[in-house]
Amino acid sequence: MFEVFRTAISSLWANKTRSVLTMLGVVIGVAAVIAMVAVGNGASTQMEDVVSGFGVNMIMIRPGAPNQGGVRMGAGSGARLTLSDIEAIEQECWSIKAVAPQISTGAQIIYENRNWSASVTGTTAGFFEIRDYQAELGRLLDDDDARAAAKVAVLGSTVAKELFGGMDPLGRSVRIRNIPFEVVGVLASKGQSAMGPDQDDIVVIPITTAQRRLSRNTFADSINMAFVQARDVSMIESAMDEIAGLLRQRHRISRGAEDDFSLGNMTDVVNSLSQVTRVMTLLLGSVASISLVVGGIGIMNIMLVSVTERTREIGVRMAIGARAFDIRIQFLLEAMLLSLIGGATGILIGYGTSVGISQILKWPTHVSGGAVALAAGFSCFVGVFFGFYPAWKASALRPIDALRFE
Amino acid sequence: MSAIIEVRGLVKTYKSGDSELNALDGVSFSAERGEFVAIMGPSGSGKSTAMNMIGCLDSPTSGEYILDGRDVSKLSRDELARIRNVTLGFIFQGFNLLPRLSALDNTVLPLVYAGVSAKERKERARKALERVGLSSRMKHRPNQLSGGQQQRVAIARALVGEAPIILADEPTGNLDTRTSLEVMDLLCGINGEGRTVILVTHEPDIAEYASRVIRFRDGRIEEDIRQTPKRAA
Repeated sequence: MFEVFRTAISSLWANKTRSVLTMLGVVIGVAAVIAMVAVGNGASTQMEDVVSGFGVNMIMIRPGAPNQGGVRMGAGSGARLTLSDIEAIEQECWSIKAVAPQISTGAQIIYENRNWSASVTGTTAGFFEIRDYQAELGRLLDDDDARAAAKVAVLGSTVAKELFGGMDPLGRSVRIRNIPFEVVGVLASKGQSAMGPDQDDIVVIPITTAQRRLSRNTFADSINMAFVQARDVSMIESAMDEIAGLLRQRHRISRGAEDDFSLGNMTDVVNSLSQVTRVMTLLLGSVASISLVVGGIGIMNIMLVSVTERTREIGVRMAIGARAFDIRIQFLLEAMLLSLIGGATGILIGYGTSVGISQILKWPTHVSGGAVALAAGFSCFVGVFFGFYPAWKASALRPIDALRFE
Repeated sequence: MSAIIEVRGLVKTYKSGDSELNALDGVSFSAERGEFVAIMGPSGSGKSTAMNMIGCLDSPTSGEYILDGRDVSKLSRDELARIRNVTLGFIFQGFNLLPRLSALDNTVLPLVYAGVSAKERKERARKALERVGLSSRMKHRPNQLSGGQQQRVAIARALVGEAPIILADEPTGNLDTRTSLEVMDLLCGINGEGRTVILVTHEPDIAEYASRVIRFRDGRIEEDIRQTPKRAA
């Protein structure tokens, strides 16, 4: 067996250029499969990150009916969502874990001679938990800030960089709509969200401060929206029912009338997104697999040429006692070696490519063991499958015909 | 002495288009163990075809071939391969060495297929090469050897398996007179050890070394003469 192995190696070595070119098909095929699947998996992973950053168990409450069709008034017209609604939800609904009412407005943030436009969000301590923001410097907002309607602000990392450059912003005073706020903290960067906006381009202030100082809303208690976190993904439905029931009761909506608020959750979005990435991964993978098949045919091609070229050698081997099996295993082994070496190289290149993609394009990739196993398995299969015909053809030669072949 | 090769009514028919050609047309003969038989005849007489049948490289259209007591026409491909490996040793006109392998590796090859252990086959191949006087050329490849040296490697390869029958198909056809003599010297020596040697040639002075000459013409045996072999100088 070792002898056969040595023969195969030396025969491949004798035709180095040809062997390398033959392998190239499998190398590219395997590398493509691995890189493509890695990119696809990366997309899913990133989406999972976004979702866990944003929360699958998140419910969004907005004022206004879910359907704004026809001549009916737009969102927020008349319908209100108040801070006390949210406080009631926090106290009465059993299925929820945290709430974060939000008043958001765009505003110019000024520090000395620099200014920056950012989204200013008035909210409560729950916001940081629900949206998974950590403090990089200083502290986050707490309930005392809300109670006191303190003029304190936590800056997103983008805002901090734009206004303060390399300086330490803690304790400094920024002006929002001409009201001075003390910077008490800077958020750790979360980067671009997959949904679009830069999540670091925000300023967070206590919700009470926002209501009293910044809101242009005539109803001082109103909020723009609220995030509610259910205890668990499986509790989203019951949490939504509880919230809807409570709000209808508080807003005195009679039976049969439409809600004056709308609830949404991420699950639907997540489901359709993961459907998309799954299809994409599958598509990329199958396109790459085609190149594996093509690579396999390349191997068969070369092996057939090799059989023809070495017909005399086959004849000599048969004349001195090689059985059909010996001839077959020799050619099969050569084909398998080609595809295995090609496969191994392809795995390395595919891995390198996916690392390169994530480095250069900042696109997370994830090389899955499954894809590697699939590619490796497939390249073995390619070797056996496409090596078998030439091997069989060689072994089926009659010794005398092979010997006389010119 | 018992017949080691026995051929009865051997016919080989080649079809070309509509016409059929009998390359062998009812050949019968037998060879004793230890005989040195020269097969002669003009080209197209069927001598090479007969040699291929004896060598189990080709199968007859009809007829019987009993080799060392076994009816070869009933054997499978793998059994024939085994016979070629163990019972027969081939020497060809064109040497038929594998170009990428060294003299030693070429000589080792039959033992690889016989399943001999790596250590033993190297030892035996070395001895066979010494026997043909090539101990200093073991690592050389065929293209680094002269024609005579290549043919001696081929003889070593035929000898290494200790086959009782050596088949030489025009072994001197590609060699000059002097190296032809060296090769015939070796063949006579091999025959002297009791091996049966069957030699195909069209050169009368080569056939003189044999103890028996069978002449072919038009697919039949024309004459079969025993003679006193000329001893190698």
